[in-house]
Amino acid sequence: MSYELVFDVKRGDFDTAGEASRKIKRTLQQLGVANKVIRKVSIAGYEGEMNLAIHSSGGRIVLQVGEEELVLTIEDVGPGIANIDLAMTAGWSTAGDEVRQMGFGAGMGLPNMKNNADSFEISSKIGEGTKIVMKFFV
Amino acid sequence: MKLSQVRDLLDAVVLSGESHLEEEVHSGFGCDLMSDVLCFAREDAILLTGLVNKQVLNTADMANMNSIIFVRDKMPSQEMIDMARERNLLVMSTKYILFECCGILYSNGLKGAHLR
Repeated sequence: MSYELVFDVKRGDFDTAGEASRKIKRTLQQLGVANKVIRKVSIAGYEGEMNLAIHSSGGRIVLQVGEEELVLTIEDVGPGIANIDLAMTAGWSTAGDEVRQMGFGAGMGLPNMKNNADSFEISSKIGEGTKIVMKFFV
Repeated sequence: MKLSQVRDLLDAVVLSGESHLEEEVHSGFGCDLMSDVLCFAREDAILLTGLVNKQVLNTADMANMNSIIFVRDKMPSQEMIDMARERNLLVMSTKYILFECCGILYSNGLKGAHLR
């Protein structure tokens, strides 16, 4: 890996949520990555960033830029997902009214991240946290 | 059609990104649910929405949609307008409701920006 960007995301901070994804997008533009790939990383990253702000107790987004692939890791410190299969189901969400009024919480985030990434891995443990690793071929 | 024609058809007020007005646009996506914009909208389309918050700008930016029209006379805050300027996004506001906006633009040749 030749390049790494790290962003911390706070729970419930919807004023700054989106900043990390914006910086990731601008960085990839500056690096000359293909527009089609940038859009996929931007959307998946933003969905992940919103998920951290909405659902997690706080977390971190790490982008590793390699010669052949981009690796986007989204990791939080809890509360963890009880049933990953259910969470991956389009339309299923535990988001509250405040989040839905903001235009999110439709239960499309995780499936959309998977759709945009070339590979998608998710693991979670209740009380410990959730980790998502997505790879995008350059 | 040009974005300036969109502005004229919808009798819209331009709040930021005036430099985009001479650019062409071919499709639009009307929605208050940003999750669906991120899932289903094609890039380079106009986003029409009655939802007004910063995450609308983030959504459009991440989805490569450079023009946003707030319907139903919704006006973004000055902070949002500043944010849109910084990101070079064209933002307009119109008195028409979402249904009317979509009808007017569709009948003038704009297509739906469904990603499929």
